Amino acid sequence: MKNDYYIERYSQIRDGKVSVNGNIIFQTLETNFKSVMKAAYKNLIIDYPKFFKMDNLSKLGFLAAEVLLKDENEKNMAMVFSNRASSLDTDRGYQDSIKDATQYYPSPAVFVYTLANICMGEISIKHKIHSENCFFVNDEFSPEILSSYTSQLLDENKAKKVLCGWVDVDNGKYNAFLYVVAKKGTFVHSDPEINRLYKTTHE
Amino acid sequence: MDNVYLSHNNIVSSLGFESISVIDNIENGNCGLSVYEDKKVLHVPFCSSRIDQNELQKRYKDLDPKSEHTRLEKMMLVSLSDTILKSNLPLDDRTGLIISTTKGNIDVLEDDNNFSESRAYLSELGDQIQNFFGFKDKAIIVSNACVSGILAVAVAKRMIRQGKYDRIFIVAGDMVTQFILSGFNAFQALSLEPCRPYCNSRTGINIGEVATSVLVTKNPNELAQESVQIMGEASCNDANHISGPSRTGEGLFRCIENAVQQSGIEKKDIDYISGHGTATMFNDEMESIAFDRAGLSKTPLNSLKSYFGHTLGSSGLLESIIGMHSLHRNTLFASLGFQELGVSRPLNIIKETKKREIGTFLKTASGFGGSNTAVIFKKV
Repeated sequence: MKNDYYIERYSQIRDGKVSVNGNIIFQTLETNFKSVMKAAYKNLIIDYPKFFKMDNLSKLGFLAAEVLLKDENEKNMAMVFSNRASSLDTDRGYQDSIKDATQYYPSPAVFVYTLANICMGEISIKHKIHSENCFFVNDEFSPEILSSYTSQLLDENKAKKVLCGWVDVDNGKYNAFLYVVAKKGTFVHSDPEINRLYKTTHE
Repeated sequence: MDNVYLSHNNIVSSLGFESISVIDNIENGNCGLSVYEDKKVLHVPFCSSRIDQNELQKRYKDLDPKSEHTRLEKMMLVSLSDTILKSNLPLDDRTGLIISTTKGNIDVLEDDNNFSESRAYLSELGDQIQNFFGFKDKAIIVSNACVSGILAVAVAKRMIRQGKYDRIFIVAGDMVTQFILSGFNAFQALSLEPCRPYCNSRTGINIGEVATSVLVTKNPNELAQESVQIMGEASCNDANHISGPSRTGEGLFRCIENAVQQSGIEKKDIDYISGHGTATMFNDEMESIAFDRAGLSKTPLNSLKSYFGHTLGSSGLLESIIGMHSLHRNTLFASLGFQELGVSRPLNIIKETKKREIGTFLKTASGFGGSNTAVIFKKV
């Protein structure tokens, strides 16, 4: 029952650039993460004010998904994400808000983002996708787990397509690489090819 | 396609450090929850189930560790070493490791913690567990809010079916920390009494801590007497709200339907449901709607949160392991503290622990980010 799957398209957000299939669709000279997100949102996104309530990780994942999914009709699309820092970027800020008894201000609105998978929840809400989600954490980008898990979801017909990739925010550094796996597409769904696409957009 | 089973297992908890002793306590109606006053964790008293520090340290030292480990690592090492010992299998290149956790070593962010902040990266936690036992591959780390523990079971089955491994050890754990308690307290969700899931007098959630581990294998020669087969599994996002459950139970309903379909088991043949049942108003209500929509409102149901509170990334695995033993002992365990139904749809809550011939069960979990997972197990 081994099937051959393909990558339809991929997006990347890094160094102030947003690209789809390697073509830059937006760039800014801003270096601060929040400024980059704000500029990209203004340029690329339809009106979605909830974006500004999201934490950094959700903003990054949301934007990387937005440029891939804006013309997508398939709603049976699983999400398989990964990163290195989990939600640590937000966790540190939350811990700062509770460490001092005299300045103890735990915020529910921040606490809820101290989970990496919330980013897939935000994308699911925006695109009305009721689907399989799984978030893996690795010390570096590695396609093996993503591709194996994705192939199994498609083999077992748990989804028609899978949105996969890497969304990482850590102390101001950020990097997103998302791709859509389907039965048809442009690129072969293999570990070397996924690595090639990941690295191509990095140079 | 290969059948995949849950096999040897361990629970490290306030009710014991091995599955058998924990299950004996549950069968005898002993609750692991009590009130703690620990200002390091929360400025007000809280109800929780915590692992005894002295016993944990003793059992950890018995493993003869060569380096320093964090408290969560100690919990996981003690649990997994018991499961590996019982399994009596070499950790060869056909054997994988999955770690399920929501927050990992989050306590290293506290000012007075001796470990470096880098230990908060979950891959560092993974390396510690991998290297201690000598697994050949890096740990696969699943961190998907409160469904992590049961999702890890689905991930293990899927990885085995893809042919990457013949067997996978899963270890799951989260701690009671200042980080977690302050957050749930800020949501005004904590109950100072042992929680009463689905009850009309419920007053909220308890947060507890356990470490759990299990062998997942496709080899029928590697089974324990309480083993179960994983018949069907599915997850589904609510696509509704990141912190509030869906009002229609959409994600939970859909993943139950998908898991049932894959299992080939008819709903009327599901003997028992181990619900998520956190005892918050909205969660329990959502579950009642989803179970009713799925036609499962007459199936006996409990929430094991009433013994341990919500143990986060471990809860789904903890409750699956207890479910295995429930089937093996042909015993339905009481949902502790339940008095009168407090949700809008009918549910068949197990009020007293009782003997019953049972062969299949459904485990469900739901969590922040709109996540829901359902898995159906069958006695071997």
